[in-house]
Amino acid sequence: MRNGPGNSGLIMDEPLLWEKGKKGRNGMSISASDVPEAPIADELCGEGPDFPDLSEVEVVRHYTRLSQWNFGVDTGMYPLGSCTMKYNPKINEKHAAAEVFTAAHPMLDDEYCQGTLRIIYELQNYLAEITGLDAVSVQPAAGAHGEMAGMLIFEAYHQSKGGKKRTKILMPDTAHGTNPASAALCGYKPVPIKTGTRGILKVDEIRELMDEETAGIMITNPNTLGLFEENIREIADIVHGKGGLVYGDGANMNAIMGIVDLKRCGVDVLHLNLHKTFSTPHGGGGPGAGPVCVVKELEKFLPTPRVEFDGSVYRTEGDRPDSIGRMHGFHGNYGVLIRAFSYILTMGAEYLKKASQYAVLNASYVKVKLKDYLHLPFDRPCMHEAVFSDKKQQEHKVSTLDMAKRLMDCGYHPPTIYFPLVVSGAIMIEPTETESLEELDVFIDVFRQIAAEAESDPELLHSSPHRFKVKRLDETQAARNPCLRG
Amino acid sequence: MRYLPHTDEDIRNMFDAIGVKDFEELFMTVPKSCRYDKEMALPEPKTEWDLDRYMAEIQSMMKITPDHTVLIGAGRYQHYIPSSIPSVLGRSEFLTAYTPYQPEMAQGTLQGLFEYQTLTARLLGVDVANASMYDGASALAEALLMGLRVARKKNRVAMSAAIHPHFREVVRTYLRPTEFEIIELPFSEDGRTDFSSLADEEDLAAVAVQSPNFFGVVEDMEAAAEAIHQAGALYVGSFSEPMAFGLLKNPGDAGADIVCGEGQSFGMPSSFGGPGLGMFGCKNKYVRNLPGRLVGETTDLDGNRGYVLTLATREQHIRREKATSNICSNQGICTITAAMYMASLGGTGFRKLARLNYDKSEYLKRGLQDAGGDLCFSSPTYNEFVIEFKDDFGPVQKRLMEQKIVAGLSLAKYYPGFDNRYLFCVTETASKEVLDTVISEVKK
Repeated sequence: MRNGPGNSGLIMDEPLLWEKGKKGRNGMSISASDVPEAPIADELCGEGPDFPDLSEVEVVRHYTRLSQWNFGVDTGMYPLGSCTMKYNPKINEKHAAAEVFTAAHPMLDDEYCQGTLRIIYELQNYLAEITGLDAVSVQPAAGAHGEMAGMLIFEAYHQSKGGKKRTKILMPDTAHGTNPASAALCGYKPVPIKTGTRGILKVDEIRELMDEETAGIMITNPNTLGLFEENIREIADIVHGKGGLVYGDGANMNAIMGIVDLKRCGVDVLHLNLHKTFSTPHGGGGPGAGPVCVVKELEKFLPTPRVEFDGSVYRTEGDRPDSIGRMHGFHGNYGVLIRAFSYILTMGAEYLKKASQYAVLNASYVKVKLKDYLHLPFDRPCMHEAVFSDKKQQEHKVSTLDMAKRLMDCGYHPPTIYFPLVVSGAIMIEPTETESLEELDVFIDVFRQIAAEAESDPELLHSSPHRFKVKRLDETQAARNPCLRG
Repeated sequence: MRYLPHTDEDIRNMFDAIGVKDFEELFMTVPKSCRYDKEMALPEPKTEWDLDRYMAEIQSMMKITPDHTVLIGAGRYQHYIPSSIPSVLGRSEFLTAYTPYQPEMAQGTLQGLFEYQTLTARLLGVDVANASMYDGASALAEALLMGLRVARKKNRVAMSAAIHPHFREVVRTYLRPTEFEIIELPFSEDGRTDFSSLADEEDLAAVAVQSPNFFGVVEDMEAAAEAIHQAGALYVGSFSEPMAFGLLKNPGDAGADIVCGEGQSFGMPSSFGGPGLGMFGCKNKYVRNLPGRLVGETTDLDGNRGYVLTLATREQHIRREKATSNICSNQGICTITAAMYMASLGGTGFRKLARLNYDKSEYLKRGLQDAGGDLCFSSPTYNEFVIEFKDDFGPVQKRLMEQKIVAGLSLAKYYPGFDNRYLFCVTETASKEVLDTVISEVKK
């Protein structure tokens, strides 16, 4: 039963924007014109958009109420595997919002933008140092954009070497969905590689599949099962031996900062997700940033423009004829770059390494404490995330989805579910380093309780969640009869 | 370290529970040969105070400050941002959430995106808009790729030379490894795209035209639609200043099949070029080929209205290599920002502000002509226009810079033969006083 504006307690109902307001209201100040009205031909003019007119307070309440239906890292633990939902420091927001940076226009000559260019230059260097690779472009606007830059670099490299066109790319079945999509955009046909019984790639299989028509391999390390690809160096040698390149998906970099040197692993190209490892907020879907890092030999192919420094002046570099070209209208998601820069300067080498150590410590702890309650398909030392499945709960007809929805009622964002695809009913938990031991213990207790409820009260789980503005939503109906606008 | 809650005791207890003795053993699966064998050479960790000082030093290197009036657009526009927007959208429930994979606990993001899709579709005159692309440039590249998917057997796309030069560069990057061919359509003396060559072209999947174009010139979009459709291609309507559609016809109504452009004007600062957002939409019949995320309306178990991500079968986590795009993270909070800005303006305010921008830019355009500058293109313009100066404009720019006015972008490096041509942009943030200063300095 609904009373007034409230749905339950402080969760307010709020209609769609155009179900509110009245013609003639306005929600922002517009100054009176101080110039004469200029003539304009009627045939150029349209009718203007059919938008509702709302007052400022209506708009502010609207978005405030919407925000209260959301759950963020600041609300609570958000162990969404592969997404590295660590705390997003507030000081980073302050620096990104500095007016002198937000006012900076990207089309101005370098002499007017020395500060903004310096941040790009120093960030390029820091990211190179952290990965162990030699050169960086911060232009890609998200992880998948960085992957695409990487695949374009693969293509440009192979073209520069001449020889027969390489048309295939090796793709472990634990790869993020964006990997095959990014490779396909660049004309490569993914050759799937099955995960071995130990949850990692087998050297022999790579040796068998790698040939001179294959551009290389895309490896996520640690992989999406949360396991370190122990054979990566040997695999890289095989791929290099056939003239191929090794792509590293750095989405899981949070496990290995200061611990693993990607160059020593044989990785040639790697993208980073600044909105994961480097603490920038994900904004409910973006903006992210996906810098691409390469070894020296591939530097000339990096997207243009990059920033260089001659000891006194920062410059956007001139023509680089071998570059794959521009990936973004300007310098990428610059505001995100400032946040990551601020984070790296706050953490330094010491705490970045600790962040990775604690991320692995937290995941290992959760793994050990839950493995008697949830099926653990690969019982091996994990890195920053642990992947379970619903095999035990399926006996009571309770699925991963049911447990995820029940977790929500208990105050947690669920883990990533049904990914990676190689584990049926996967539950991928990545606590990150910013969760305390007490928080982990409560989360573990809650998950154990849910595992017990799966036996004692499966209906409770099937009907979850109960404590939100809406109950379980019908996604099938949404796709069958799409209603994509009002 | 304030972000890391672990005490030594916690760590010892956790080691015991896991059954390892130290971090070395915890990382036992990482072979020695892969290890980072030294300390990372990064600056020492900074306190908030030290970091503030360091950032202040970097800020002081900027010659253009917030009190400058920047009369340059070219894809980045200085519009007033109401305080309500950063204040409300800085709320961490919006900011620190991930992609709304669990809809019941992300209804704020989802309803916000649904509203954005609706306002955007209405503004641009299309049936459907997605929940954003990275920026206007990558949106254009994706639009042309989408055109090629829709057309299937065709291998070529065309784009107007009056599209933002950076946008065109990004298109070339995206299409570089493919077999597809890109042709460029020239612009006429009036600054509009010349479609006369289209009749002789074959095999064209899509043709992209920006309006207002890079020179601020308003294209004859209806004529463009006719010529492009006659050539059997899809019309991709690009833009960098969507404020224009408060006053001018929108590309969808004029006949564009796919619309795409930059949305930074709607509540986002210039921020050295990002983040903004790529606005993207199309006619209903092409929706299965649309890249990017979509939010749809549905109901919950009790029949109440709610929102979810939908039509995901187009996307990479299901289709993998057969997806319509590889895009996953998009511009998220920027999308909600644009919606809040559009909602704050409202239909009435939008028209008023769009008109104010037009009047102000026309004022400077007329003034510079009176001061001796030549208007390069005779067609109508919106917010931006190109002026050619007989004498070196450099000294004037310098004098204006001293008065905190950044006047005009030299087009010399973007188009051959444009040596003394400058692209000006005026928005509502430029006062008449500033515009008069520019005019009088040119007269000197």
